[in-house]
Amino acid sequence: MIRRLLVANRGEIARRVFHTCRDLGIETVAVFSDADADAPFVREADRAVRLPGMAPDETYLRGDLIVAAARESGADAVHPGYGFLSENAEFAEQVIAAGLTWVGPPPEAIAAMGSKIAAKRLMSEAGVPVLPQFASEPDSDDPRAVAHDPPDTLADAAFPLLIKASAGGGGRGMRIVRDPDDLPAQLESARDEAQSAFGDPTVFCEPYVETGRHIEMQVLADTHGNVWLLGERDCSIQRRHQKVIEESPSPVVTPELRAELTAAAKAATKAIGYVGAGTVEFLLDVSPGGQMRNLGAKERPELQSRREGAREGAGETARGGDAFFFLEMNTRLQVEHPVTECRFGLDLVAMQIAVAEGSPLDGEPPEPRGHAIEARVYAEDPAAEWQPQTGTVHRFGVPDVDARFGRLLSYGLRLDSGVEPGSEVSPHYDAMLAKLVTWGPTRQAAVRRLGAALARTELHGVRTNRDLLVRVLDHPEFRAGDFDTGFLERQDLRTPLADDRTTHVAALAAALADAASRRVGGLPIAWRNVRSDPLVKEFVAEGRDEAVGVSYRCDRDRLVAVEPDDVEVLDVSPGEVTLAADGVVRRFAVETTRETTGETAWVDGPGVHVGLRRVPRLPDPAAYVATGALLAPMPGVVVSVAVADGEVVAEGQTVLVLEAMKMRHTIAATEPGVVTAVDVRPGQQVEAGAVLAVVTPEGDET
Amino acid sequence: MSDREAMLERLAELEAEHANAVSGGGEKYVDRHRKRGKLLPRERIELLIDEDSPFLELSPLAAWGTDYAVGGSVVTGIGVVESVECMIVANDPTVRGGASNPWTLKKCLRAAQIARENRLPTINLVESGGADLPSQKEIFIPGGELFRNLTRASAAGCPTIALVFGNSTAGGAYVPGMSDYVVMVKERAKVFLGGPPLVKMATGEESDDESLGGGEMHARTSGLADYLAVDEHDALRIGRRIVARLNWRKLGPAPASSYADPLLDPDGLLDVVPTDLKVPFDPREVILRLVDGDDPAFDEFKPLYGTSLVTGWARLHGYPIGILANAQGVLFSEESQKAAQFIQLANQSDIPLLFLHNTTGYMVGAEYEQRGIIKHGSLMINAVSNSRVPHLSVIMGASYGAGNYGMCGRAYDPRFLFTWPNAKSAVMGPEQLAGVLSIVAREASKAKGQEYDEAGDKQMRAYVEQQIESESLAFFLSGRLYDDGVIDPRDTRTVLGLCLSVTHNAPVEGAEGFGVFRM
Repeated sequence: MIRRLLVANRGEIARRVFHTCRDLGIETVAVFSDADADAPFVREADRAVRLPGMAPDETYLRGDLIVAAARESGADAVHPGYGFLSENAEFAEQVIAAGLTWVGPPPEAIAAMGSKIAAKRLMSEAGVPVLPQFASEPDSDDPRAVAHDPPDTLADAAFPLLIKASAGGGGRGMRIVRDPDDLPAQLESARDEAQSAFGDPTVFCEPYVETGRHIEMQVLADTHGNVWLLGERDCSIQRRHQKVIEESPSPVVTPELRAELTAAAKAATKAIGYVGAGTVEFLLDVSPGGQMRNLGAKERPELQSRREGAREGAGETARGGDAFFFLEMNTRLQVEHPVTECRFGLDLVAMQIAVAEGSPLDGEPPEPRGHAIEARVYAEDPAAEWQPQTGTVHRFGVPDVDARFGRLLSYGLRLDSGVEPGSEVSPHYDAMLAKLVTWGPTRQAAVRRLGAALARTELHGVRTNRDLLVRVLDHPEFRAGDFDTGFLERQDLRTPLADDRTTHVAALAAALADAASRRVGGLPIAWRNVRSDPLVKEFVAEGRDEAVGVSYRCDRDRLVAVEPDDVEVLDVSPGEVTLAADGVVRRFAVETTRETTGETAWVDGPGVHVGLRRVPRLPDPAAYVATGALLAPMPGVVVSVAVADGEVVAEGQTVLVLEAMKMRHTIAATEPGVVTAVDVRPGQQVEAGAVLAVVTPEGDET
Repeated sequence: MSDREAMLERLAELEAEHANAVSGGGEKYVDRHRKRGKLLPRERIELLIDEDSPFLELSPLAAWGTDYAVGGSVVTGIGVVESVECMIVANDPTVRGGASNPWTLKKCLRAAQIARENRLPTINLVESGGADLPSQKEIFIPGGELFRNLTRASAAGCPTIALVFGNSTAGGAYVPGMSDYVVMVKERAKVFLGGPPLVKMATGEESDDESLGGGEMHARTSGLADYLAVDEHDALRIGRRIVARLNWRKLGPAPASSYADPLLDPDGLLDVVPTDLKVPFDPREVILRLVDGDDPAFDEFKPLYGTSLVTGWARLHGYPIGILANAQGVLFSEESQKAAQFIQLANQSDIPLLFLHNTTGYMVGAEYEQRGIIKHGSLMINAVSNSRVPHLSVIMGASYGAGNYGMCGRAYDPRFLFTWPNAKSAVMGPEQLAGVLSIVAREASKAKGQEYDEAGDKQMRAYVEQQIESESLAFFLSGRLYDDGVIDPRDTRTVLGLCLSVTHNAPVEGAEGFGVFRM
């Protein structure tokens, strides 16, 4: 019996595991980095142990510290969550060696799946279809063989290729190669990335399936030899090879195909003596005519790769129209596990714990019901190459949530969130903020509910992919179930939901709410006895460059919109503004946050969620000094300039010499960088505070 | 036409006159000014004051009915800067280069008086070509008061700030010269006693604008400028920072932190107040639309005595206030005595007073003279004159004869005086005045044994009536600075609330003593 469980993880998954622990009466222990000291998961744990530092390799990747933390806190079990050390066999061994209960698969099973090359080989032997693999030494038995065929030995037909890191995951080290000439260079860079991300440079190549669907099977195995298969999840909506939306059942998996996938997953699970919750991932080729159909081969394709091998007969398992191939097995709980929990009415974490405690799976798995779908809300900017965003989450309000972290008892909305209002999104860890999961009687019902919940979510402080998720869920092809892993590449859904007009109206709401917040006593806002120009406020909407201006004036005791002029102002308060535009009355919630970088109004209304950065009315010219600008410390004359535009300078290197008060002052670079501006010449008189030159710091070219 | 329609018509006229004032020197000069990258005076004010705060413009119709542009080529008003109520004076360079004419002077002096009486910091937004030379005889000698006022304000502890946007030369140079703080806009401010031609004539020295009076020169060399602003926006930003650091404290008591809206909707004032001044109206209908909706909102004093003057206590935007309002037009002995007592009570309790004018004056006739109407009227005027609590006056309708004095007309220095568009003020009504002239003329011709020219009399009466009528109207009176502005009756509560807040920058203390009351 587990009494006190330590979660070797952070954020949303730590909260998720704690939730189940509370249900089960198990005490909870968190470990936390310095960046997470105030995080919700730390507050919610009964006990917490600090892991000094910020970076993962100082904290959440330090198995030794975590085992020590378990000892210090009196924990008798460790749950690894997902990511970090969850698939680290060595860590599992450390935990077990310390006499703690490891809530996860046996270290051997983790190791068996740790190398993708080895895993494919193992699966192929177990009769699970795998994609052919191109290796440099076709006869080599070494499963870690690195594929680096000379380009001339691979036929054009073998392209496009996908390079993958053997130890990888999460899209790191992956490369799509369309042109044979690019292969050597791409292999090289993939190896570098794999080395830095996973400490293992091993990569391999597979045929790249252009129109594939990512279908994965949830398995649950106990220590008594029972294996439950809990259906599939379709995770084909991906960006940069990372899942964004997952659902179950898959719209394209027929009962026949499901039976095959189930059999294959069961075979995989048994092949490695798997115990606990795990996921077997498959690639389903849905290209017209099944481009890869004939590639499926159960007979060790890595040994017969080459041009001829790549076109051999179809695998026996690929019947039923679509061919599927084993990708990898994740020996842990998946991010998207709530989708399965909803449909099967199970608590997978509770079952992991039960399995770890040695309990057998009782009878047959429950029958699934309805359709469940999950969307991951990330702090990222879809319009800027999905760049992760940081900042403070000022508000995070998902409307009408039926359950948090726990099972849904009836069709509805579940929220698993790692953040609360006030949480900091740091650059140190994964940028996922929350998962919204809906469960409905039909796919249509679940999709619509999820889209609506996302569309109505109030999320202030950081830019997220929310608008993109709403667009995906509303897309006709998605609604029809007609999509594949290339969907987000093909569809440009990155533009914000709010169009120019809506943004303009939202900016007006922001301006009016701001005005209401400045009201003094009972006096009318911005009252004038002589009417002159309207009051103007300018904002820059997140994701946009140009400022949008609005204006209004006081008409005796109420505010009237001037720009846009076709909007009627019905009610104004600091937190809410009611406007009538185009014949429709809409209410906008407005929250203003003030940070050192300026003031931002967060406007939420029907069809619009936008952060509007206020353009200062009277900017301080001193605030416009560029970073790296070297300023004259006092008025003087430039004696000499030692650098030229574009020159690379080291920290402390002399940039120019200034003479003032009969003294020569050396102006030096304060940090290494590139001289991007020299604004003065010798002999020139400069005033105190004048910009003499700008040295743009290294790595800050933007 | 209903009273509401008639009043709305007057309000439309008022708005048109205001628009005229706002248009400054007209499109051509406004465009030219803008093309130079400069802001208009009201734009400067909008950027100077706290966002979304109210701004009470003063004397906007100055020079109405004269040969000079309406507005007097200057904008004055009270605005909130960094939460401090300030008197703001902004030259309008689009009107003849912002040159001062006699009305500019009057308006600026009135602004200075308000700043002095209410202890307000003054911010001058300077850009003026100096005196309007053709009218120098009317401004040069009295105009010295402007500079005297600045330094006296400083001596009295009311800070003075000059933001110089352009020309500020010759006499104008003493505005920054006399100010506590001076900000000059780089490459725009020009502050010197004599420009290059004058210097050349006087001493033969060759010079240029920048070396004689540029912002850089004054900031680095002469030290006249305390701050050098890179542009107009920067000057306004610096001006706000100066006020933010004044450590300004209001010396009067703070208002109640919360209070209710009036019991009756102020909008109804348009229905309550007849445009025909002969029709009396109950001032309580007005009062309940002006004062806070406390329960009760208005505690009437001496309700059964001297009923043609309503007196009582209320609060307005949280400030306690005593109100004197004419009810039946005429002031009798009882009303005068009641007023004198009420004013003394307000002084005992340090309560500001509000005078709501609708009076045709003190009662005439043998009976009233014999009962001492002069004594009693004087009693009231004595009390008004020597009262030390802040007075606010609103001319709702008629304000005739000595009634104007007793109800704290312009000459009795109310802190603020505003007029409704339908109001009239004169020594007496136009008909009465013409009639009096007619009787006097008739008497004169009778004494001389001449036949009275009835046709001429009729013509004379019509002419006089028309002249007096036009000279008693709100716009005309406002043009001559006999009030601080003509306002929409529905804005009265807001205006009075702002004024009360402004008056509380100074201590609110009643008089220690009055003149000798004739009993």
